Amino acid sequence: MKYMLIMRATDAARQDYEAMDFNEVIEKMGAYNEALLKAGVMLAGDGLADSMADNFVVDFSADPPIVTDGPYGETHELFSGFWMIQVGSKEEAMEWANRCPLGPGSKLEVRRVTEMSDFGEFADNPVLKQQETWRAESGQV
Amino acid sequence: MVDTRRTVEAVWRIEGARIVATLARVTNDVVLAEDLAQEAVIDALRQWPEWGIPQNPGAWLTAVAKRKAIDTWRRRERLDDRYQAIAHDLAARAGSEPDAWEPIDDDVLRLVFIACHPVIAREAQVALTLRLVGGLTTEEIARLFLLPVGTIQQRIVRAKKTLTAAKVPFEVPDPSEWRARLGSVLGVVYLVFTEGYAATSGEHWMRTDLANEALRLGRVLAGLTPREPEVHALVALMELQASRFGARVRPDGTPILLADQDRSRWDRAQIGRGQAALARADALGRGRGSYALQAAIAECHATAPSVETTDWARIVLLYEALGRIAPNPVVDLNRAVAVSMATGPASALLIVDGLADAGALRGSSLLPSVRGELLARLGRAEEARSEFVTAAALTGNERERGVLLAKAAAL
Repeated sequence: MKYMLIMRATDAARQDYEAMDFNEVIEKMGAYNEALLKAGVMLAGDGLADSMADNFVVDFSADPPIVTDGPYGETHELFSGFWMIQVGSKEEAMEWANRCPLGPGSKLEVRRVTEMSDFGEFADNPVLKQQETWRAESGQV
Repeated sequence: MVDTRRTVEAVWRIEGARIVATLARVTNDVVLAEDLAQEAVIDALRQWPEWGIPQNPGAWLTAVAKRKAIDTWRRRERLDDRYQAIAHDLAARAGSEPDAWEPIDDDVLRLVFIACHPVIAREAQVALTLRLVGGLTTEEIARLFLLPVGTIQQRIVRAKKTLTAAKVPFEVPDPSEWRARLGSVLGVVYLVFTEGYAATSGEHWMRTDLANEALRLGRVLAGLTPREPEVHALVALMELQASRFGARVRPDGTPILLADQDRSRWDRAQIGRGQAALARADALGRGRGSYALQAAIAECHATAPSVETTDWARIVLLYEALGRIAPNPVVDLNRAVAVSMATGPASALLIVDGLADAGALRGSSLLPSVRGELLARLGRAEEARSEFVTAAALTGNERERGVLLAKAAAL
C-alpha cells in the first residue's frame, strides 16, 4: 500500500526553521531520505517552494475560477513538501512518519493512496462496468 | 489505540535486516543472530505494552539481543577465547550509549548473500530472503505464497540447519564467485516478482503484494550494490512490468491481455522510475545483461501508445540478443510473438514449430497457446482451437484457463 506523507508547517515553525543552521537541516533530512531509499520504500518526494512569486491559487467557487497569489491566503498551515512511500502496513507508515526529522509547529498528514480495491464495492456498478469493458475493448482512454 | 504486535512487526519490517546483520557481524553466525533477534522481539511484545515503545526501537531490539548473546556465552561451561573476547567486548559496550547503533550496509549485503547461498534450496532461499532481508514474518510469507505457515517454517528451519552444517561464514563472496552469487540473489528476487506478476497457481492472475515485496527487495539491493548494472536493470524490469498492474485485470479478476489493455491506466510514475533505473544501469557503461535486455523490451511496450505503433522490429532484436546471452525456449517463444507482430504469423510459426520439434517447453501451456494464436491469425481455425484446448488443460492458473477456453470457443 502507498501512503503520502504531507508536510505542513505553521508560520511560526517556518520562522524557527529559517533560524536553524541550514546545513544541519539538510543533513538530517538527507539522512531521513537515505533511510527511506535504502529500505526500498520511497517512491517520490519533493519540497515545495514558498515564494509568493512562484505560486498561485485557483478558486473554483466562481465561474470563471478566481486566481490569486498564493499559497498563503488564509492558510495557517502551509503544505510544504511530500513523500510517497510504499509499505506493508499502516503501522509501518506510522513508524516512518514518526522518524521524520521535523520540529514543533510542523505536522505530517499521512494519507493512504487509493487503490483499485477501494472501488471494489462499485465493481457491479453498471456505468463503471460498461466503461471498463469499453475501455478494455477499445484500448483507448 | 496502538496495537503493539503490529507496531513491533512494523519496526521489524524496517529494522529487521539491520538488526540481524549487526548481530551476525558480532557473532559471525547468522543463525544465532536470527534466533537472538527473534527472542528480543518476544521481549518487545511483552515489555512495550507496559513501558511504552522505546525512542529508538531498532537500537532497543539490538541491545536486548546483544545482552542475550552475552548471557548465552556466559552460560556455556567452557568459553573459548574467541567467544570470551566477543562477550567481553559486548559487555563493555552494552552499558554505554545504546543509541550509538551504526549498522553498516556491508553487513546487510552479507546477509543478502547468505540468505541466497547456493547450499540452500531455491525455495528456502526465497523464504529466508523475505524473512531476513525483507523483514517479513513467517505468517506473512505463508500468506503471500498461499502456503501453510508450517511449510514456510519448515523451509526456514531447514535452511538455517543447512547454513550451520555447511559452516557458511558471514562474508560476501570472493571476487571469483561474485558474479554467479549475485546472479543467484537477483534470481531469488525476480522469482518472487514473477510469482506475483503471473501467479502460476491459485485463482488470481496476479498477486500485487508479492510483486511489491520483490520490488522493495530490488530497491534495497540497488542501494547496497549501486555499481552493479544488472541490479538496477532488475529494478527497471520489475518497475516497468508492474506499471501495467492497474490495467491487467477487470474488476471481477479476469485478466486483460497486453493488446487489450487500457494504456491510460498504466502507472506513468512507475514507468518513469523504471526508465530511470534502466538509465542508471546503462550509465555504468558495462553493456546490457539479461535483465537490462528484458527491461529494454518492457520499456518498448511501456512507452508505445498502442500495439500497432509498438517498435516490434526493435523488440525482435532485443529478444535475439537476449536469446544469445541467455538461451531459453521461453525467450524464443517471446521472440516468435514479436516476429509475428513485426513481419507476420507465418515466419513466427516456423520458430514455434522449431521449438515444438526440439521438444522444448513440453508440458507447459505457453507453447500451445502461442501456436494457437498464430494458427488463428493464419485462418487455420480447427488447428488453433485444438491448441487452445491443449493449453487450457496444461495451465495451473484458473483465470488463464478461462481465457484460453474462451479463445477456443470464439473460433
